[in-house]
Amino acid sequence: MSAGTDSDRVTQAAHRVVAEHDPRSVPIPEFLGACFDAGLSWVHFPEGLGGLGVSRGLQAVADRILQDAGGPVPLALNPMGYGMAAPTVREHAQSDDVRKTLLRPLATTEDIWCQLFSEPGAGSDLAGLATSAVADGENWVVNGQKVWTSLAHRARWGLLLARTDPNVPKHRGLTYFVLDMHADGVQTRPLRQLTGHAEFNEVYITDARIPDSYRLGAVGDGWRVAMTTLMNERSALGGSASRRGAGAIGDAVALWASRPDLHTPVLRDRLTILWLRAESQRLTSERSRASATVGGPGPEGSIGKLVGAELNQHIYGFCMDLLGPEGLLYDGYAMRDGAASGEDWRGSVQQRFLRSRANTIEGGTSEVMRNILAERVLGLPGDLRADAGMPWKEIPRG
Amino acid sequence: MAEKLADQPEGAAEKLADQPEFTFTDEQKQLRAALRAFCAEYADESSVRASMESDPPFDAKVWSRLGSELGVLGLAVPEAQGGAGGTLIDQAVAVEELGAALACGPLFGTVYLVIPALVAALGSGDASESGDISKIGEELAALADGTRTAAFAVGDVAGEFDAAAVTVDAAPTHQGWALTGTVPRVVDAGAADSLLVAAKGPDGPGIYAVDAKGPGVQRISLNTLDLTRPQATVELSDAPARLVAGADYAARVITRALQVGSALLAVEQVGAAQHLLDLSVEYAKARLQFGRPIGSFQAVKHRLADDLVALEHARSTAYHAIWALSDGTGDALDPELAVSIAQATCSAAFTQVATDTIQVHGGIGFTWEHQAHLYYKRAYTDAALLGTAEQHRARVAELVLGVPGKDAPRVATGTATGTGAPS
Repeated sequence: MSAGTDSDRVTQAAHRVVAEHDPRSVPIPEFLGACFDAGLSWVHFPEGLGGLGVSRGLQAVADRILQDAGGPVPLALNPMGYGMAAPTVREHAQSDDVRKTLLRPLATTEDIWCQLFSEPGAGSDLAGLATSAVADGENWVVNGQKVWTSLAHRARWGLLLARTDPNVPKHRGLTYFVLDMHADGVQTRPLRQLTGHAEFNEVYITDARIPDSYRLGAVGDGWRVAMTTLMNERSALGGSASRRGAGAIGDAVALWASRPDLHTPVLRDRLTILWLRAESQRLTSERSRASATVGGPGPEGSIGKLVGAELNQHIYGFCMDLLGPEGLLYDGYAMRDGAASGEDWRGSVQQRFLRSRANTIEGGTSEVMRNILAERVLGLPGDLRADAGMPWKEIPRG
Repeated sequence: MAEKLADQPEGAAEKLADQPEFTFTDEQKQLRAALRAFCAEYADESSVRASMESDPPFDAKVWSRLGSELGVLGLAVPEAQGGAGGTLIDQAVAVEELGAALACGPLFGTVYLVIPALVAALGSGDASESGDISKIGEELAALADGTRTAAFAVGDVAGEFDAAAVTVDAAPTHQGWALTGTVPRVVDAGAADSLLVAAKGPDGPGIYAVDAKGPGVQRISLNTLDLTRPQATVELSDAPARLVAGADYAARVITRALQVGSALLAVEQVGAAQHLLDLSVEYAKARLQFGRPIGSFQAVKHRLADDLVALEHARSTAYHAIWALSDGTGDALDPELAVSIAQATCSAAFTQVATDTIQVHGGIGFTWEHQAHLYYKRAYTDAALLGTAEQHRARVAELVLGVPGKDAPRVATGTATGTGAPS
């Protein structure tokens, strides 16, 4: 089947959805449900599971039509759901029944998803995590603590990575599950961050039970399954198209233009350096997309997360230095969650500045990202690992 | 931008490209492979070292083969003028490989500047009026063929043409023109057969062709930091000259040549930086200290990861500039901005990678014997030519900082109560 024909199919399906379910008048779940039924949620998924079995590149064709008609950006409404859970469930669920049960409400955003990976004792060294899952008949019994879980308080489902065998080296003893966040023994508490807000949660899991049918992938294969999720996370964080001067650098240029009274030559050059770096990265993302259409993504595709995170910090750091003493004021530290309505959720310049500190930690620290670039793209040798080959239970922790 | 496009010489004779940005054709990939193979044999390190200590500092036979056999010196020259009739993208592919090898020869003077200037002049009204089209065509054919070389004796100011900075005067004679004046530090002038000179005539600055070996021309070769990219001061004293573009067109022709030259120079920087990064990575894998490859230390591997980022950014900006200059679609690609973005980014990237290459290699990287210093010197030379990174940053600032694309974000004033209400 030619690409032209597939493209026509996607285009026609998108126009039909928009005509029959006007996104400006029907509720969002109805519209997104229609998109799922038409195979436009993830066009590369099989038919019946929210896709049309066509090339992934055609998603942009569908999204443009749906969003131009006023449709929402689903990734923004259910980020872990669309970005991470969907590809993992599709690839690793044990049956199509489970896939169908989980994917449609995910797509409509009636079921919000969260990711239960990081733990107080396992950040960059995710494979060292300690939350345990012990088989009990047709169920698994889970105990442990997860942290940095966005949206856990609103989530119906969680992507859970847990240790099922402490007696083998750390990567080999992990298994991947879908946890019902409403199950007994799952308790979610907001985690207040340095901005004063609580975008994230801690999740305490005590004797929570998961049916074995909600295991994703084989027992002991959790690390490989988790890689599906993480690769999708990183490409979701680094990959979307943007206009020249959009995003954080646009904030800085607009702030600069609005305050000629604060201009100095030194600040001007600093802003120009940042602008050039943002533009270089934007062009690099464009180049990455161009090369992805003619073959696999090249090394240029792997640098977006690293550059974007550091650039964001430098840009808002610049804004603070531009403002000088005015930047010392804040909206107050009354606690609220990240999804406040009304104004741009990123808040004031000062809040964006404080929030940017997380950018080089979340989704892979910059240290880990540089290791990945050096080892996977440049082919340099890996770090020495003191725990190599050691059974998990013998690895020193602290 | 219609205004920018209108600035181009009318009917500029380079072919406009319709290939999607950042994608290369199979023919271009073959061209790249062919040049890489050629350079491995005829522009390897020992050839480069032999050339840079010779006079002139290049192998005329190899240069002639690049022109006549491979046909890579005039890829964007129209076929009617003896070129390949290709696009600037083709030329960029060749330059990237020649830059990676540090191939010796008057690329800067001949390929980056004089050829684009002559191609632009062909499209200007003056050449046809003064009947010089055939002479420009002959010269282009000889330059593209590698049988003659040329240098661009136009003193740019930070990569831009400044009529006030022209230091040569043109006086009419009964046969044509006579030029008098001095142009300092002209790259590739020492061995050039002809010089393209900016000079002030009665109507303003024009561009003139001068036989470099003719009367009234003195060239004083200078010792340069980079032995592979020679310079000479050109002194003209009533040197006979032929008008190439008069006052009405000279500024546009020179601007076009400087933009094309800047973009090709940026691509050269990318090619050379990629070569160095490959070299450093191989060394970091092979060199053992403390019983481990030095590339397994994060201090080393993270430095190289940063170089990879700098290189990939540079590549994107250099290609973007090439596409902006060859764009046939007339959309909003702004060549002036694209060229300054590329020059600012690639100059910084190549010097960073070259600096890190010496550091990663440790003591051996500081020796004359190791090739790192050849590239390091080229990096600083390329960065300074046609405008430094700082000068291009200043231009970028002028072009983009005054035009916010959106509203400024809210600044907290300390009076809201934590609800984030707009002030």
